[in-house]
Amino acid sequence: MMEKKSSLSVLLNGIIKENPVLVLILGTCPTLATTNTVDGAFGMGIAAMVVLLCSNIFISLLRKIIPETMRIPCYIVIIAGFVTIVKMAVQAYLPSLYETLGVYLDLITVNCIILGRAEMFANKNAVVASALDGIGMGLGFTLSLTLMAVIREVFGAGSFAGIAIPFMQNYKIEFLTKAPGGLLVYGLLIALIYVVTKGKAPVKKSFSCEGCPHASTCHPQDCQLEGAEK
Amino acid sequence: MESFKTLMIILLSSVLVDNYVLSRFLGICPFLGVSKKLDQATGMGMAVTAVMLIATAVTWPIQYLLLNPLNLGYLQNILFILVIASLVQMLELLLKKFSPALYSGLGVYLPLITTNCAVLGVTINNINDGYSFIGSMVSSLGCGLGFLLAMVLFSGLRSRINDANIPAPFKGLGATLIAASFISLAFMGFSGIVENIFA
Repeated sequence: MMEKKSSLSVLLNGIIKENPVLVLILGTCPTLATTNTVDGAFGMGIAAMVVLLCSNIFISLLRKIIPETMRIPCYIVIIAGFVTIVKMAVQAYLPSLYETLGVYLDLITVNCIILGRAEMFANKNAVVASALDGIGMGLGFTLSLTLMAVIREVFGAGSFAGIAIPFMQNYKIEFLTKAPGGLLVYGLLIALIYVVTKGKAPVKKSFSCEGCPHASTCHPQDCQLEGAEK
Repeated sequence: MESFKTLMIILLSSVLVDNYVLSRFLGICPFLGVSKKLDQATGMGMAVTAVMLIATAVTWPIQYLLLNPLNLGYLQNILFILVIASLVQMLELLLKKFSPALYSGLGVYLPLITTNCAVLGVTINNINDGYSFIGSMVSSLGCGLGFLLAMVLFSGLRSRINDANIPAPFKGLGATLIAASFISLAFMGFSGIVENIFA
């Protein structure tokens, strides 16, 4: 059982201290793939947040019923179910966003953040705390995605959320909206976080296997991921 | 049914132009995590290729023989991820039992693949693109080979980064991501050539 924390700190934890994208480096695939436009990034953030919130609540409610050995398949089914619901809702009400996100909407199912939070938080904590954690992590995800998208779209396409900015139109760096630009901006942002926090931000290495989304399926001695060396 | 020419275009464009890691950003986690050493990168790449092929061979019939006739398209996501997860587990057990040598080479990477978005991505993309069974298999092979190629190239680059003197803020992931950006830039050079090879 985790120590009791105030609800505010649980909420803020996801936005700042354990920001899933910039500090924990989880969910890199959608981060890189959907941040070439602000619309797409914001939509992806909110969609993932809704799935995370619902799955956290559900898994927390069921945490005493789900057997220990079968928990990963159970989590995956719960998450995939909510992803399907969100996908259908987006398809019905926001068809243009559905076109932009495409297969990445489906891939929220395998987003490390969601399975990771289920494993690290929701199966150990009460419903309210899990819901707050879901909102906090979701907001942290949305904010960092939007930040990256603003950088990429303003400098790369000279527009903001599809609206052209007159001055920037003359100085577009189109490279930034392409695939390599995403990796470059992400790398620079991580370096920036290091400078801002003066290297005190927790690096992934300092999180034990518990923090790894693969922890449930692998054995520590076989673990091939970075920082797992004993 | 695609012609041989179309199949070659599917294969080459999924290896080079639409590389899953470098231009579609699927499977970035293993790409960054397991690319430190060449042998690990090769093992992971081959395991992913194998799982992609097997997963496509199973999910394509599920979609066209089960989901489509019964109008259950909305179950695609849930069913595919479950099938992939159980396939990976089964493959691991089988390898452990029947081929310990292969298991020690590939098996250790299998658990990491369950939640790899490249595998789910390739199965769903094959359905969305409307490929035939053969086309889907060729496209999965291409995506797997593209992943392997990116992993191997990148592990070479990373061993150089390890020896370099990098400013502190960029140490670790920062430099890794920027190096990946350069490789991705190199792959951008392939865009447009595949269609013209067979013209």
